[in-house]
Amino acid sequence: MCAELLPERITLDEWGYPVIDPEPIPRSLLDHARRAAQACPTFALLLERDQD
Amino acid sequence: MSGSPSLTSESPTLMDETPAGREPAGLRPAPTPTLPRLLAGLESHEAMSLDDHLAIHGDIALHRGRGRAREGEHLIEEIEHSGLRGHGGGGFPVARKLRAVAGARGRPIVVVNAAEGEPASQKDRTLLQTLPHLVIDGGLLCANALGAREVIICVCESELSSQETVARAIDERRRMPGAGRLAELTLATAPSGYVAGQESALVNHLNGGPAKPTFTPPMPFQQGVRRRPTLVNNAETLAHVALIARHGAHWFRELGTEAQPGSALITISGALAHPGVYEIEYGAPLNSLIAAGGGLTSGARAVLLGGYAGAWLGAEYLDELILSEEHLGPHGATLGAGIVLLLSEAACPVAETARVARWLAEEGAGQCGPCVNGLDALALTVEAIAAGGVNAARCNQRISRLGGLVYGRGACAHPDGAVRFITSAARTFAAEFADHAEHGPCDACNRPSELPLPAGAGRGGSTRIPGARP
Repeated sequence: MCAELLPERITLDEWGYPVIDPEPIPRSLLDHARRAAQACPTFALLLERDQD
Repeated sequence: MSGSPSLTSESPTLMDETPAGREPAGLRPAPTPTLPRLLAGLESHEAMSLDDHLAIHGDIALHRGRGRAREGEHLIEEIEHSGLRGHGGGGFPVARKLRAVAGARGRPIVVVNAAEGEPASQKDRTLLQTLPHLVIDGGLLCANALGAREVIICVCESELSSQETVARAIDERRRMPGAGRLAELTLATAPSGYVAGQESALVNHLNGGPAKPTFTPPMPFQQGVRRRPTLVNNAETLAHVALIARHGAHWFRELGTEAQPGSALITISGALAHPGVYEIEYGAPLNSLIAAGGGLTSGARAVLLGGYAGAWLGAEYLDELILSEEHLGPHGATLGAGIVLLLSEAACPVAETARVARWLAEEGAGQCGPCVNGLDALALTVEAIAAGGVNAARCNQRISRLGGLVYGRGACAHPDGAVRFITSAARTFAAEFADHAEHGPCDACNRPSELPLPAGAGRGGSTRIPGARP
């Protein structure tokens, strides 16, 4: 599900688990990222603010 | 274990006054900066009594009330200057952890982690069975520094000897004058699984949950056992604290290296005359440890450093290896929880790797898809190589790819360690892997295993590879 909501940063491995691109999320993708994190049924995704 | 002359110790350096009710400690010569330190005074495999412990190491007063905060900060500073890092495999700076717990809200609790899940490690059970009071001292000192009122000592549920010696040591402490003013000591058991000794897994277990790691906040130092800030330290780490409190950071740093000061307990086993737990100083050559262990019993094919979360290096490295993270890191290896295993030339490294890889896959907590699937896929690949009739290059690629896919994608470091173990095996034993891929099992495949696993793990006492010649 998250890979569909944020294909720019999330791909799926051969078992269907998300592989996250570590590139920071630009403002244009922020809403999509938030939705992807919220949609996770196991709360496995966290949207973190980079301190730099 | 290395036999040793007793070391005498100087009187407590951190305390302004002698403990009430005890004779003032007389001046004793300062301890010499040599080994053994933790293992000093050990003359048998019996647990050292409290009296003997105090005679060898001297007493440490643990004050409550007015002096405690100053004393606590002094201890944390001393530990900081010593450079002491955790001995459970993580190597986290101990002072930093203490400060994190001290800074959290609520009354802290101290957990002594002796849930030694690594099959090739014996150091923690050795400490609990022979030197429980060193470990208890460390726990009480940290409790005192943090204002904690409880110290929970966690032992594997299958380790009955350790439970017995710890229970008796706790009893000796309770009968001492002034015991009521100190933190309460309790013994708890933990499941014997490989990941059960991981810090958050242990805390979850103590809270009545499963012994499975978590990585979502809060961390144990903020909210752990009963939602209290929890200090979880390896048993050996606390034994070092007990000596640093007595002799100071400067003394501690007289052994070891600048980057990795102090001494450490190493479990060395395999093709060695006298396998066991030895105390080394960091930076010692592997050869000196092998010599202390009576030398190799047969040719060594390879050395496994760091246990099943560690890495293999070929025998050609034996003469040059130094026991420090600084030296081993560039080799892609680590000491982990202080484990060295020498695989004999007679063993089949492919069969051994396959067996342990399968066990590692089974020992995961089952929480994280990449670990559950990835470690199984890795084990299947190594098993396929062992059974033969596969393309070696393709299998190696698969191992590489799976390794990259699994590493860092679990809630704990278990998959990372398994990946390191398996990929370093594929690299170190490239010729044997290629040979098995093409020709299938070798004569050595069904030999009794040299890599230890808990009783009942795998397929009995030796590796059963389908199609192996009897």
